[in-house]
Amino acid sequence: MSEKVGVYICHCGTNIAGVVDVEAVAKWAGKELENVVISRDYKFMCSSLGQEMIEGDITKEGLTRVVVAACSPHLHEKTFRRACANAGLNPYLCQMASIREQVSWVVEDKEAATEKAKAMIAAAVNRVQLHEELEPTVVPVNPNTIVVGAGIAGIQASLELADAGHVVYLVEREPSIGGHMAQFDKTFPTLDCAACILTPKMSDVGAHPNINLLSYSEVEEISGYVGNFTARIKKKTRYVNEEACTGCGICIEKCPKRVLDDVFEAGLGMRKAIYRPFPQAVPNIPVIDRENCIYYKTGKCKACQLFCPTEAIAFEQEDTYIDINVGNVILATGFDLFDCKTIPQYGYGRLANVFTSLEFERMCNATGPTEGKIVLRDGVTEPKSVVIVHCVGSRDQRFNPYCSSICCMAALKFGHLVMERTDAEVYSCYIDMRTPSKGYEEFYNRLLEEGMHFIRGKVAEVTDAPRFPGEESKLIVQVEDTLIGKQRRIPVDMVVLMAALQPRYDARDVGLKFGISCSMEGWFTERHPKLDPVATMTEGIFIAGVAQGPKDIPAAVGQGAAAAARVQGMITAGEVLIEPIVATIHEEKCSGCRICNTLCPFNAIEFLEDKEVSYINAALCKGCGTCVAACPAQAITGAHYSNEQIFAEIEGILFDVTSGGDLKALRAEQERVPA
Amino acid sequence: MDGKVRSIEKMEDKSIDLCLFNGAIRTSEQEYMAKLLRQKSKTLVAFGSCAQEGCIPGLANVTNRDEIFHTAYFDTPSTVNPEGVVPLTEYEADEGMLTLPYFYNTVKTLGQTVDVDYYIPGCPPEADDIWDALVAILEGKLPPPGSVIGKHTTVCDQCDMIRSEKKIKGFKRTWEVIPDGKTCLLEQGILCMGIATRAACGGMCPKVNSPCIGCHGPNEGVKDIGARMMTALASVIDSNDPEEIERIIREGIPDPVGSFYKFNLAGSMLRRSAFTGSESAPSGAAAETA
Repeated sequence: MSEKVGVYICHCGTNIAGVVDVEAVAKWAGKELENVVISRDYKFMCSSLGQEMIEGDITKEGLTRVVVAACSPHLHEKTFRRACANAGLNPYLCQMASIREQVSWVVEDKEAATEKAKAMIAAAVNRVQLHEELEPTVVPVNPNTIVVGAGIAGIQASLELADAGHVVYLVEREPSIGGHMAQFDKTFPTLDCAACILTPKMSDVGAHPNINLLSYSEVEEISGYVGNFTARIKKKTRYVNEEACTGCGICIEKCPKRVLDDVFEAGLGMRKAIYRPFPQAVPNIPVIDRENCIYYKTGKCKACQLFCPTEAIAFEQEDTYIDINVGNVILATGFDLFDCKTIPQYGYGRLANVFTSLEFERMCNATGPTEGKIVLRDGVTEPKSVVIVHCVGSRDQRFNPYCSSICCMAALKFGHLVMERTDAEVYSCYIDMRTPSKGYEEFYNRLLEEGMHFIRGKVAEVTDAPRFPGEESKLIVQVEDTLIGKQRRIPVDMVVLMAALQPRYDARDVGLKFGISCSMEGWFTERHPKLDPVATMTEGIFIAGVAQGPKDIPAAVGQGAAAAARVQGMITAGEVLIEPIVATIHEEKCSGCRICNTLCPFNAIEFLEDKEVSYINAALCKGCGTCVAACPAQAITGAHYSNEQIFAEIEGILFDVTSGGDLKALRAEQERVPA
Repeated sequence: MDGKVRSIEKMEDKSIDLCLFNGAIRTSEQEYMAKLLRQKSKTLVAFGSCAQEGCIPGLANVTNRDEIFHTAYFDTPSTVNPEGVVPLTEYEADEGMLTLPYFYNTVKTLGQTVDVDYYIPGCPPEADDIWDALVAILEGKLPPPGSVIGKHTTVCDQCDMIRSEKKIKGFKRTWEVIPDGKTCLLEQGILCMGIATRAACGGMCPKVNSPCIGCHGPNEGVKDIGARMMTALASVIDSNDPEEIERIIREGIPDPVGSFYKFNLAGSMLRRSAFTGSESAPSGAAAETA
């Protein structure tokens, strides 16, 4: 029995109708395409009236297949599938033809666009007739959540979930939570002290009964699917017994070995070989740095063990692994800073008084290496003049094309702090001043009033080679002031480089581990840039904070909370529907060649040693089709993307709409072989 | 039965119960025979790789009639043809008119020429498969028309080599490597078609360290074995560097058509290379044969 296909062509206001002759296309489809019994055009198919039109035709005319030619299926496939389901038609018997994104928005010529729309619709009509009814599977959702990364975004997400009564495993790579925010002094634009607003949240996390804090730990591997993940966590050894340690700090006091701290203090300060990154660290348990510990090097010392009142030092302790089951994952893994040495002409690492923005943050911090005094590298001399260089590694085609988003505001904050604490003249060399959020432009105005000097131009060079009187023993900043159209040489004592935010060095590996993708630059890719910013294309994996793209603290906190809200939604629903568009291996056709075994980006394929065939876990499969294409024996079929469906679609798209639309003649032509 | 054309022509239509048709369609005579036997047979079986998918003769579809003649009658080093003699379809000799069948530009499969009921794959078909087909036909327990009578899995299923997850650093010709006798040949870098080739032979080539060349054609349901092989191998090349991948393919697979379509070019979705020669045979060439 042949199918009864209904074709619906959307005007999308003038979005489609302005370019495509929708009425002509509707008439054509009804007349020329096989098995099309109804063909209509309508102003807005996605409106309730449009949907009701489809529902009515299914009920009254007995349609067995529906084609909607409108926008991208990304936007409204769900809408039209739901309309079909409402009228009792299996939602997977509906197919969309994207005649907005792929036709009217990209084809200028009206005639060509109309012809292309016809070909797209012919493809959809051809294909939809081979669709099969599919049913989603229902799986329960484990109410526990892993949050990876305990910077401010991860902390916020954890607290939101824990406060709502849900169990959270917060996994942090470093010995303490807090992330980059713990390193900062003041926060723009309000200038409240970062520690004052962050540390209460940190201690909340440490004390929360619903939060299992796994610091100095990493997710080793993760398997499973939305609602049912199993993660193996590696707890790196601290060489300190966490239960016994009271955090009194005597071990740190007694440790004789001082080491340069190039992580928390950004290389400006020292720490001991047994240390915690900063006094308010959560948890308050120290870590032995095995590389630098005298005992591990020489077999002697053990000062920490000798003085520990609770015998918590455990030199023989090893890494441990724990397996946890969760329903959802929030990745808030943060960022790395651009390595300023990559731009040698700015002199970082060569010229002592060129600082990175992070070094400067530490310097400004009252608990930092200089106790908040702004001084040159010698540790005593106050600078008389400072240049802050914007966009170091950002907005630069050689390094990162994107704007790092926070540097302009941080530079203004630095300017304010320098002027507050010293008598120095402060210059900002910027390309564009970007202050778009609440209270930011006001802060810029405040700095203008406070007398910070603004030079619009990208710095060419920072040098210590004097050319003119007054430049001796100074750093000279060469910059074109584009507002006055002149080259300037500014002799100063100190230069601060506003380093770009970059994806974590291992962001791609982390993405691969959790089955999510990264942008070209390496930021985690959200499901939709506007409408779904914290979800990913992998169900159950959410992202928050700078790991998704450069952003400031309020935005990171907002995303942390948003991700938590999404997870809570999943937990409250209690179960999830798993898309039935999955691949299946037909055992009798599988020869166990194992070509597919390493290909699955979601780790859904396993090899069954006993049967010598490969097997796809349908709950993990996302239906991407990689294995379907790769199987040399065609033992794998992809539901909703069968060979027949795809060939039918290709046949439709190749349909010469100008020939008058005889599909049968076309098929005969395709079969013809030159003699 | 005696296959003299005139005798077959005189038979009643559909008077042959079963015709096992061997060979691809290259000339007008073969086309005529295919049409004649279709007309006279109840059941027509494309028997073996040539009839099913063009086999080795089908590889000539990368070229055309003129080029083939040029190679055969002028170009090969052993050819001496100072008078430039080439075959003609008609020649007026003293004894009367001599004719030869017309040589087409393209090798076609039997199925591209006439309707075929069943296909028995293989170059040559395996005795077991032939037996199974005959029994099925005699007992009337036939699969749906158009089916290939054969196994539904590939050579790997019958091969004893140990297979693991595949990551291939490079492809080697058989003379470049001495196989270890245990590990999957493909994993040792040898281009083995066993992953994509229909099972039947018992894996006799790979079992003695000789890679499968694909003589039993694609697995059940596969439209294009070469495309299958290429996507499969491309998926397991162990590199993410586009230049290295390019090099691995260029150096390891110098003849993709000969490697992946050795038995199937005519029957594949490609069928032939872009056509450049003179387009068609003289009208009625097929009908006038014999």
